[in-house]
Amino acid sequence: MLVLSRKLNESIIIGENIEVKVLSIEGDQVKLGIVAPKNIKVHRREVYESIQEQNKAALNIDANLIQKLTKKR
Amino acid sequence: MQIQTKFLGEVEIEEKEIITLTNGLLGLEEYTKYVLLPLEKDSPLAFFQSVEEPQIGFVVAYPFAFKKDYAFDIGEDDKEELQVEKAEDLIAYSIVTLKEPFEASTLNLLAPIVINSVKKCGKQIVLQDNEAFPLRFPIAELKGSVK
Repeated sequence: MLVLSRKLNESIIIGENIEVKVLSIEGDQVKLGIVAPKNIKVHRREVYESIQEQNKAALNIDANLIQKLTKKR
Repeated sequence: MQIQTKFLGEVEIEEKEIITLTNGLLGLEEYTKYVLLPLEKDSPLAFFQSVEEPQIGFVVAYPFAFKKDYAFDIGEDDKEELQVEKAEDLIAYSIVTLKEPFEASTLNLLAPIVINSVKKCGKQIVLQDNEAFPLRFPIAELKGSVK
């Protein structure tokens, strides 16, 4: 992993058109500004992890509930 | 061909119905071949069943039946991956996390499965964080549908 030190308002450039800038530092929270082309997806890591968990949770289906759903009509 | 399913026992499907998710679903990347099996005629719900592993089966919903203003843009890369020729070939489904009672169930509006119904390929697309389309959208918020 490449490690770079940055101060407030300094930024890094990734490739030719992605910029990540430190906008504020307050206590243990760092606010980053990201400028990237539209096709580059930027997500918080937790978002991916929570979707993974939700996908697995959705597998846990009670067969009785399915029966009820199909009988309802 | 015959496949084993999670809830419907053995089901006869045609090979051309198989939908390929090259990257699988998030957290379940190893399963890439699925079929959509209707739950009931005219229902907004369907089973999204792995062809490879019977235990990998979801209930999915046609999200617009539950949230009328559900709409999102798809990036160029995703369009390419989904081999989109016409926008109307694309169908979005939301994975349902079923709970008892049914009204306590939630829809995943944050990461829909987008399927190209012509090319039979699909992808779980993660939308930008957004309060209107959350990971757990309470199905109870819909007004008297599913009936």
